Formats: sequence, C-alpha cells, structure tokens
Amino acid sequence: MEKVLMKGNEALAEAAIRAGCKCFFGYPITPQTELSEYLSKQMPKRGGVFLQAESEVAAINMVLGAGGTGTRVMTSSSSPGISLKSEGISYIAGSDVPCLIVNVERGGPGLGSIQPSQQDYWQATKGLGHGDFRLIILAPNSVQEVVNLVVRAFELGEKYRMPVMLLSDGLLGQMMEPVEFPEIKAETADNSSWAACGTKMQREHHIVNSLYIEAKDLEEQVKARYERYAVVEANESDAECYLCDDAEIVITAFGACSRIAKSAVNKARAEGIKAGLFRPITLWPFPKQQLLDATKNAKAVLSVEMNMGQMVDDVKLALDCKIPVSFFGRTGGVIPSPNEVLEELRKLNGGAQ
Amino acid sequence: MAVKFQRPHALCDVRLHYCAGCTHGIIHRLVAEVIDEMGIEGDTVGVCPVGCSVFAYNYFNCDMIEAPHGRAPAVATGVKRARPDLNVFTYQGDGDLAAIGTAETVHAATRGENIVVIFVNNGTYGMTGGQMAPTTLPGQVTTTSPYGRDPRTAGYPIHVCEMLSTLDGTALAVRTAVDTVPHIRETKKMIRKAFENQQKGNGFSIVEVLSTCPSNWGLTPKESIKRLQEECIPYYPLGIYKDVEIAQANADKLAMGGAAK
Ligand SMILES: Cc1ncc(C[n+]2csc(CCOP(=O)(O)OP(=O)(O)O)c2C)c(N)n1
Ligand code: SF4
Ligand SMILES: [Mg+2]
Repeated sequence: MEKVLMKGNEALAEAAIRAGCKCFFGYPITPQTELSEYLSKQMPKRGGVFLQAESEVAAINMVLGAGGTGTRVMTSSSSPGISLKSEGISYIAGSDVPCLIVNVERGGPGLGSIQPSQQDYWQATKGLGHGDFRLIILAPNSVQEVVNLVVRAFELGEKYRMPVMLLSDGLLGQMMEPVEFPEIKAETADNSSWAACGTKMQREHHIVNSLYIEAKDLEEQVKARYERYAVVEANESDAECYLCDDAEIVITAFGACSRIAKSAVNKARAEGIKAGLFRPITLWPFPKQQLLDATKNAKAVLSVEMNMGQMVDDVKLALDCKIPVSFFGRTGGVIPSPNEVLEELRKLNGGAQ
Repeated sequence: MAVKFQRPHALCDVRLHYCAGCTHGIIHRLVAEVIDEMGIEGDTVGVCPVGCSVFAYNYFNCDMIEAPHGRAPAVATGVKRARPDLNVFTYQGDGDLAAIGTAETVHAATRGENIVVIFVNNGTYGMTGGQMAPTTLPGQVTTTSPYGRDPRTAGYPIHVCEMLSTLDGTALAVRTAVDTVPHIRETKKMIRKAFENQQKGNGFSIVEVLSTCPSNWGLTPKESIKRLQEECIPYYPLGIYKDVEIAQANADKLAMGGAAK
C-alpha cells in the first residue's frame, strides 16, 4: 500500500471520511485548524456535511442532533473550545449518543498558548462535564496511529453507545509523517432501537433524552450505563510496552510525549540503565492490568507528561503504592527534551552522572 | 356516529403536566394538528427546550430529542443537516430562545436553517418559578425584579420577531397569540405555513406565540388572558414581520408592472 506524507490533523480528517463520518460541525481554533479546513474542502465533494458553527457550544449541540438521528458524526477543537463543549458532551453522554470528539490540545489554563500540551488529561479522563459519565479516550502517538484510532473510535462509540474522544496535541496535529490508509471498513452498529430519525408510523416514538425527573429512574439509568462502562474497561483498555520485561525503571507516557520518552529509554539503555516505556493508548479505560504486568520487575516508575502531573495520579492508583512513582514534566506548551528525561532516569538509577 | 373532535394522533394520549389555564397546551395541540393534517408525523423530529415544555418529548408522538437549555436550534440544525428528508421543529420558551440561546437562535436564522421554531413567549421563566425573562415587560414584577423591571438596570425586553426579520436567512417571522378563537386559528395557519416553508426549502421560520403563565403571573386563567390582551399584545404587536413568499409575490408583481400589495 502506498504511503503518503501528511500532517496529523489532515490524516485524521481523511481517516474520518474514509471511516464513513457523514457530518462535521466545528469552530475554528489553533492548533486543530488543518483538520476542519481539510474537511471543509473534502466533505461537500464526498457526500458529507461540513458546517462551521457560531461557537463550540453550538457545534457540539449540532453533534447531538446529528448523532441523535443515528448518523456518524464528529467535531474537533482544542483545549479552550473543549471547555465550551463540555455542556454538550455531558448531554450527549447522558443521552447515550455515539460521536467522535477530537481535542488537539494546547497550553492552558485560560487562553494559555497555542503550543502542544497534555494539560487536558484530567479534563478528558475525569471532568468532561457535569455528572457521572465516562468517555472512551484514545491517545495516539503517531500520524499512522491517529488514522487507525479514528476508525476504532467510531466503532467503539457505536458499539457501546457513548461519545469517544481522540486526544491529540499540537505536536501530533502539525507533525508530518508517512501514513497509509488501509482499506477501511468501519463496523456500524444497529441503531434502529433508539435513533430519532422518524417513526415512519411503524413504531413507538424514540426519545433521545438525558432527563429523568425521578431520582430513582436516573439512578437506574446511570447504573445501567456504568455496567456498560465495566464491559468497556474489561475489553477495551489498550497499551504498548517497550522494553518493559526486564526494566527496572519504567516510564509511563502517552501521546506525542511518549516518543520523547522512547528516545530517552534508548539513550538510557545505551548507558546500561534498564529502562522501559509503558504507553497507555486508552487513557480511559486506563490500562491498569497491563501496567501492573509491565512493572513486574520495576523498582521505580517515572511518569513523563507535558503538564504539571496529571496521568501520574492514575499511575499511582493502578500501582497502589507498590512501586515508588515520580514525575517529570514540562508545561505551558514547552516540550521536554529526551536528554531532560534521560537525566531523570539517571537520577532514579542512582544519581546523576 | 361520525367523530367530530378528537385528540390529534401526533399528540400522545397522556396527561399534560401544565398548570390550569396555561396556554402551552393549546400550542401543543395546534402543532400536533398541523402535523396530522400534513401527514408528516412519521418523518418529523421535534426538539424540546429546557423550560416548562421540557416534557414535550412525552407529548408529541413523533421522534423527539431533548436539547440543553437554549441549544434547540443547534440540535435541530444537526438533525436537519444529517437528515434533510426529515421535518424538524423546535419548541422553545423565551428564556430558552432569547436569553441563553440567543446565539443559537440568531445564527440558525441567519444561516437560513431549514427548520421550524415554535417560540412560546410568556414573559417569564415559568419552570424555575417566575424569574425575569428577556421578554419581561418594563415595570413587570417577577421574583428577580421584585420592584418591577427597571430598564435602566435590567435592560429592555427583546423583540424577537422584529430582530430576526432583519436577517436574510429568515423566511418567516410572525407573532401571534392564543387569547381568542380567531387568534388561535391564525396561529395554526402560521404554524402550517412554517412547516410548508420547510418542505419548500424556504429557510428559517419562527412562529412567536404570546402565551400566558397564570401560576407565575399570580393571576387566574381568565385574568391572564386579559393581561395578555391589555399589556402584552400592545407591547408585542401581532403580525407578520417577514414573509419571503409575500415579498417574492410583491417583487414578481412589480416586475410585471402591477401594484404591490
Ligand atoms: C444551563 C442551564 N441554566 C439554567 C437552567 C435552569 N432553567 C430551567 S428552565 C429555565 C427557564 C425557562 O424559561 P422559558 O424558556 O421562558 O420557558 P417557560 O418555562 O417559561 O416555558 C431555566 C433558567 C438550566 N436547566 N440549565
Ligand atoms: S409555570 Fe407557567 S408556563 Fe409553566 S406550566 Fe405553569 S402556567 Fe404554564
Ligand atoms: Mg417563558
């Protein structure tokens, strides 16, 4: 299969079209720009809908409407825009409507910076809106993986009737890499039992809704949703291990940052430090068991992130204080260098050299 | 025996929760009658607001989606863009449409989004217990304007139809009321026109219906109708503020040398 050189954002957009995404609703923001620009060019030519909304608030509600009819739909934004979308995301989760939401993260808080960052880990995995709910969060680390995960995102969302977020960042979005588009055939789930797409006078009306005025009814609804979440946790958590088998120090890192960590691991190995890398691909569900397996021989774990320490919480929870966990990160849009990470590994290995 | 009067099929056979004398019920019925008469129930999706009519999803027999507060026009946009073959309507109160949802309303209109908006203006936040709404009249006492709405501090009421009629994407902007039988008939005619506009692809149609809220106005149903006539209608004049079809007909007549109406 032929490889083409593409930016992460554009490859994501192309993969979405090939995966059968029919509607895109968005609002301009850096650094996700290429994604919507690509779709604005391609969607009308390829039988899809591109609509630039008046705000992220409107865009996510258009997603609720289109997704509510059972149509494959997505939106994309970057950190400040995701904050605005959180109202709609909560309603979408509460209405069990599948869709894909892309966050090409940038620095925060506030207007922050437009440089790459991973400061939205907490938001994505724990706080995407009010109420008890989850999103499946996928974190690719290469342009090729972006393509592969877009397809999986649509399939997972429809299989479990829940919104899925693809957490990218400015680095992955802007980076050009060779990528191939496999013959994509994304599975579609049957939505005829719930989608609001016209009764045709042949069935009871469908109601896409998140309101349950009786507390007990709402509790029942939320609990049923959590049973589905348990299945997702059991079946869908995913991670990549690199040189973890004999590793004494395991780095945990996700997304673009894991590439930097991998370079550091290679440098450390060249110095005789037994380092390895554990990379969660699903941030929710967090791959707890895989992490336990990957740290069997580890004496220390180092979480490397482009923030002030967010995923490190989940790492500690998964390891349950069995192994000391430390943190190294740069934030605000600053990208850590492999040598900085190497220096941390050296310290953990018994002192700086 | 021939049936002379019955519940429209598009209205579910359930008890509505509205307060006694509340005109939400009349407006529901009119929408349902139009859906029945046009034979479109099976191909219609309604979008509910947050407000007293939030449970409209239990009342209309077509497929329904419940939107976040104020976002119904955006949700309806998503439905219509994904499925242009469906008839799509929103049903919204004044707080929903003209305060928190102002941006969604204005932009759906200016895009000429091919949807129907039923706008129930009762000048108050009915559901939350009668607070000041964007359409509350100057001087009107509410729970959050206890001394009467003072425009110097609380601003002026919004005239929604007047505002939206300035936008090119608006096909129909009309204000009606449900205080008398002729007004109720006129309201139904306009709701039908709005749905027909959608089928013709004319663009955004809004039917603003001046409505009552006896519970929060602190009046009996009868007094509420009187207040609607004496205070609300004079402030919010009824009538067609924009109708592209009339405008087009007039333009055609002018082009043919005839006199415009
Ligand atoms: C985001 C959000 N803010 C506030 C509320 C509370 N709330 C519920 S209904 C309502 C006002 C509804 O008033 P209106 O739209 O005029 O409808 P009515 O009840 O008068 O028919 C408000 C403020 C909410 N549900 N969601
Ligand atoms: S509170 Fe007002 S608007 Fe709501 S149902 Fe009662 S009378 Fe109608
Ligand atoms: Mg109201």
